[in-house]
Amino acid sequence: MFKYTVRRILLAIPVLLGILVVTFALGRMIPGDPCRAMLGEKATAEVCERFTEKFGLDKPIPVQFGIYMSQVLKGDFGDSIRFSRPVALILIERLPTTIELGALAILFATLVGIPLGIFSAIKRNSPLDVSTMTVANIGVSMPVYWLGLMLAYAFFLLKDTPFWLPPSGRLTAGVASIPFYEVWGIVAEPGTAKYFFLEFFSNLYFFNSIITGDWKVFQDAAKHLILPAIALATIPLAIIARMTRSSMLEVSKQDYIRTAKAKGLKNRLVIFRHALRNALLPIVTIIGLEFGLIFAGALLTETIFGLSGVGRMLYDAITARDFPIIQGFTLVIAAGYVIVNLIVDISYAFIDPRIKLE
Amino acid sequence: MVNSENKSNEAPVKDYRSNSLWRLTMRRLFQQRSAIIGLILLGLLVFSAVFAPLIAPYEPDQVLIGIENVEKRSPPCIHILGCPKDQPQHIMGTDGNVRDVFSRIIYGSRISLIVGITTVGFAILVGTLLGALAGYFGGSSDNFIMRSLDVLLAFPSLLLAIAIVSFLGKGIQNALLAIAIVSIPVYARVVRSSVLSVKENAYVSASRALGGSQTHILFRRILPNSFPPLIVRGTLGIGVAILEAAALSFIGLGAQPPLAEWGTMLGQERNQVFTAPHLVIFPGIAIMITVLAFNLLGDGLRDAIDPRLRSAE
Repeated sequence: MFKYTVRRILLAIPVLLGILVVTFALGRMIPGDPCRAMLGEKATAEVCERFTEKFGLDKPIPVQFGIYMSQVLKGDFGDSIRFSRPVALILIERLPTTIELGALAILFATLVGIPLGIFSAIKRNSPLDVSTMTVANIGVSMPVYWLGLMLAYAFFLLKDTPFWLPPSGRLTAGVASIPFYEVWGIVAEPGTAKYFFLEFFSNLYFFNSIITGDWKVFQDAAKHLILPAIALATIPLAIIARMTRSSMLEVSKQDYIRTAKAKGLKNRLVIFRHALRNALLPIVTIIGLEFGLIFAGALLTETIFGLSGVGRMLYDAITARDFPIIQGFTLVIAAGYVIVNLIVDISYAFIDPRIKLE
Repeated sequence: MVNSENKSNEAPVKDYRSNSLWRLTMRRLFQQRSAIIGLILLGLLVFSAVFAPLIAPYEPDQVLIGIENVEKRSPPCIHILGCPKDQPQHIMGTDGNVRDVFSRIIYGSRISLIVGITTVGFAILVGTLLGALAGYFGGSSDNFIMRSLDVLLAFPSLLLAIAIVSFLGKGIQNALLAIAIVSIPVYARVVRSSVLSVKENAYVSASRALGGSQTHILFRRILPNSFPPLIVRGTLGIGVAILEAAALSFIGLGAQPPLAEWGTMLGQERNQVFTAPHLVIFPGIAIMITVLAFNLLGDGLRDAIDPRLRSAE
């Protein structure tokens, strides 16, 4: 197990390096003067000179890449053009919202998608199966932002009913989440690692409201997150349900399932202990890959539901041509995607003990 | 031998018809309900793209101010459904610039089909070349090509496409290029694996013994084997490409107004969803039907070409 884990981690390093190369190349793809593109049209010759020196733009490409890599490893993603603040800082402020949204969406997609897939497989060709698969087929063909808009509109029509959910924002105006470090009187100098750490975790509203026991904020935050999470979860849910169904059907043809049935095991035991356990591997793979959809979908969903997460920030940065933000965010999201899939790979060994023997 | 003779004695003559892969595939394809639905939807789309000028009552970018007595963002008006006869008929309403939404949707099918086919075509071309080189020559070129493509796969594809376009500059050409680039690895992998699986076969050695050149062996003897999986992946890929292109246009990076592109139409009017929902509903349904058509057809083709890959039967 240990050897397998280490090997997977080592294999991820070249991929992470490759991602650095791509984001570095992105920065060199901007047509025209890189300094004026990165710092804005108003940058003076003096500022540009300093910029050229900092990134080694007058040096050979490999040297430039070396400089870029060392900066990234130090956590320096450059400064935003629009806000004149470090990209890393903006990331720390914005990531928690996206993480909460993404986690809720993937949770929803998994908890609904897998049971739906199992039922479809057991009751194959039943009305439930046919309708689930029809909806799943339509679900994977829908643009996520369109679904988001439709959901917002549907709930707008429910405005005066108790089912109404807020279509935008993270908290209702007037409701404020008090950071746990303020509640507990922890003080940290702005700019220190401790400060970033506290800031990051207190911006996870669910986490913050649970540990400070602020039930009102928790409820409010949850209400605001339900619609965007459903919009974001629908496509992964459809894919997971389809995958679960086909994987279960595949496994149910195996000899050991027939044996299990022949020796008189209860149906439920055969399905969950014998079939599902073996069908789980492709399902888990798909769930890992769905994080890509979630990350990209967050950009569109957050824009529609007015959530100030990483996706919304990226959208604004694209509109304002704020290149350092686009570059930094792309890098962090891609690295996050690789790490999620690395965790998925490692979890194989726990799900299927045969894996680590290879 | 004896067996086959027995069979031929019993079987009627009609069974001598050649069972080419193509014919078998077609027969299996037409046995699936979902694939037929996909084909019908696709047929409708192609029809509306080809005959757009005949179907659409207006030009896609014709502004109707001063031509008709119609307000901007007016809801659908269909005469048979009880809309007063003195109002001009707009079955999907009009948009913020007083243009006929139905005409724009019809013309939009041209753009979406072109987008899907050109991006996937380009990606297949480059992907085939890279995959064939990697699979056929193996060794360090294989390693270099495939590891580089793995890096592209490490990005969520839409996100990478967005990043590429925002750095290259917005516009439909850059959007197409970005979508094509991010989908190359898929096709390269398909081609590489089928090249690897056949390159040691006897008929390849035979071709080599007969003095066939490297290119002849690669392109005439080996590559045709990767066509079936490529067709399947390509069909499914067109759906993905259309979705991604629409998303890029939605956030303003792809097709630029006034072009009648569904994603652009959605993006332009998305703030009107509460006041004029028809402006958001129809383009979205158009995208969904198009993508659904390619998905259903792709799934059907996969099941028909290679029953072992059958997804759910």
